Amino acid sequence: MAWQTIAKSERDWAVTPNLQNYEDTRRTFSWESALRELDGLPEGKGLNIAHEAVARHADGPLRNHLAFRWLGKNGEVEDFTYGRLHTLTNRFANVLQNLGVGKGDRVYVLAGRIPELYIAALGTLKHRAVFCPLFSAFGPEPIRARLTIGQGKVLVTTQMLYERKVKTIRASVASLEHVLLIGDDHRPTNVPDTIDYRTLMERASDAYAIQPTDPEDVALLHFTSGTTGTPKGAAHVHGAVVAHHITGKLALDFHKDDIFWCTADPGWVTGTSYGIIAPLTNGIASIIDEGDFDAERWYGILQSQKVTVWYSAPTAIRMMMKTGPEIVRKYDLRSLRFLSSVGEPLNPEAVVWSKEVFGLPFHDNWWQTETGGIMIANFAATEIRPGSMGRPLPGIEAAIVRQNGSGAVEEIRDADVQGELALRPGWPSMFRAYWGEPERYKKCFAGGFYLTGDLAKRDRDGYFWFVGRKDDVIKTSGHLIGPFEVESILMEHKSVAESGVIGKPDPVALEIVKAFVVLRKGFEPTEELRRELLAFARTKLGAAVAPKEIEFVASVPRTRSGKIMRRLLKARELGLPEGDISTLEAN
Amino acid sequence: MTKDEIRGTVLRALGQIAPEADLSQLKPNLRIRDQLDIDSMDLLNFVIGLHKEFKVEIPEADYPKLATLDGCVDYLASHGGT
Repeated sequence: MAWQTIAKSERDWAVTPNLQNYEDTRRTFSWESALRELDGLPEGKGLNIAHEAVARHADGPLRNHLAFRWLGKNGEVEDFTYGRLHTLTNRFANVLQNLGVGKGDRVYVLAGRIPELYIAALGTLKHRAVFCPLFSAFGPEPIRARLTIGQGKVLVTTQMLYERKVKTIRASVASLEHVLLIGDDHRPTNVPDTIDYRTLMERASDAYAIQPTDPEDVALLHFTSGTTGTPKGAAHVHGAVVAHHITGKLALDFHKDDIFWCTADPGWVTGTSYGIIAPLTNGIASIIDEGDFDAERWYGILQSQKVTVWYSAPTAIRMMMKTGPEIVRKYDLRSLRFLSSVGEPLNPEAVVWSKEVFGLPFHDNWWQTETGGIMIANFAATEIRPGSMGRPLPGIEAAIVRQNGSGAVEEIRDADVQGELALRPGWPSMFRAYWGEPERYKKCFAGGFYLTGDLAKRDRDGYFWFVGRKDDVIKTSGHLIGPFEVESILMEHKSVAESGVIGKPDPVALEIVKAFVVLRKGFEPTEELRRELLAFARTKLGAAVAPKEIEFVASVPRTRSGKIMRRLLKARELGLPEGDISTLEAN
Repeated sequence: MTKDEIRGTVLRALGQIAPEADLSQLKPNLRIRDQLDIDSMDLLNFVIGLHKEFKVEIPEADYPKLATLDGCVDYLASHGGT
């Protein structure tokens, strides 16, 4: 191994880690014992995420303990104790009740990191409706697709986002009955066919009793992307809270006095599982920063808020590396004790850099939308092999598999052999469905495994190493983008005959979305047209999904059956050997 | 280069990144990112564009100074973009 292992000893521990001995904890762990750390609804009425996260603390000694401290873009600060969060989320649950929203109805939230997003999320869970977050940098088309697939009944958003992104597609989402608008700058809204969020909240009662909740009741709907077809809505149940809670404790090493900062946006699964649920079930305080990435702002927050546990992402860490170590040294970051990262594989340089600059290494971990919580991690007490995602959590069985000649899935037991990363089903936060697509869900399971779509290796000591994606999904800035979603929109432009979209390797974002476009007869590949296409794609898809680069080409390579060969486009982009092209049409 | 010329070039660089944006509506003293639908990769590409246009080295630590249109113009005017 080129990178030196980062060893750990008791001297490295500011507090005693929850997981001290990996092997022992794995051996003694059971999901039943993890469940016992939670309370369950009173009188045995089941298990509800919001009860574990908020209600049980608000009725106990943590009532006046800080749950969230919200930091606004412009320097505002607002504190939410468990008691206050309980009252506000009760109100939102009553707002849903008063609107006639029922158990299992989908409540979408499209907003930046503002307090209302967090209140709506937890209030929705109390009401046993399904919370579905939408990333605020999505354009109208990704929003329309996700609302339509999940048949959203309620949308909570801000007036500005509504006017920019929702108004034009609203009529095409037949299921959408109520749009609740949050006024920008705290002004009441007055927009046709919408209701003012704050007026509803003011009128709603503070008291709400969570009704019986089966652990298998659907709680969360998180969208992710595949290579082909529409986005997939991964459904998670209330019982997932067992995994949220225990992974917060074991992988993020939550202790009762921690001040935790998860920098992820709740528009993606990390920002919900660890930006909302896990710190609350563990009864700790979290920082929410409304602002966008800015290295100095972030160091300032770490210092002023005395953050102890920090969960961030490789793209942000690489941007911090570019900003340089001198700036870090201007800040007093002695409160920090544990650093963790997820989103894409964390390159070994970044692990070593953080050890040098913060005095603490980032601990990479691995999971995905479908797994609902952290599955494989580097732990506070165990050594780090820079570049490795670590080892499976207690309760999680991970394997490397391949399909043999007859198509059956078999486990690869030899070390350092590449295959598909697979997990034994049965952990509580495993997704229970792709919304409305049972066939697609079924395809994820074979040979007694959930197949993750990620390629990886396992070394002889059981550490897993990420290799790449098995499919053509693009990993950019910690988000998954489906090439088909982008290609379909480009095809809607009058000049486009064909398009192929790939992830182009990028030193900061891992990959960026790049589109190859074949023009229809009569259109010239001019700079003006390239800009027009870029504008078209950005308007429809939003900055988070639209291509960053567009290149005109004479043709897009396809297999004989007509499938776009994105791998070949990528090989050409990188100047790599093109591999087996026997199924390729003449190009 | 006058400040107006710098401003024009900055807007052109922004138009390369977000050609869909109506830059005539851009308020010069407010954060660009709050007014346009752009992400952190767009901002990075915007700064790279400024670097190419103005032949000015822009260290990452100075990126926050480029958050508004006025900030960009002042920064480039005082860093040899004249």
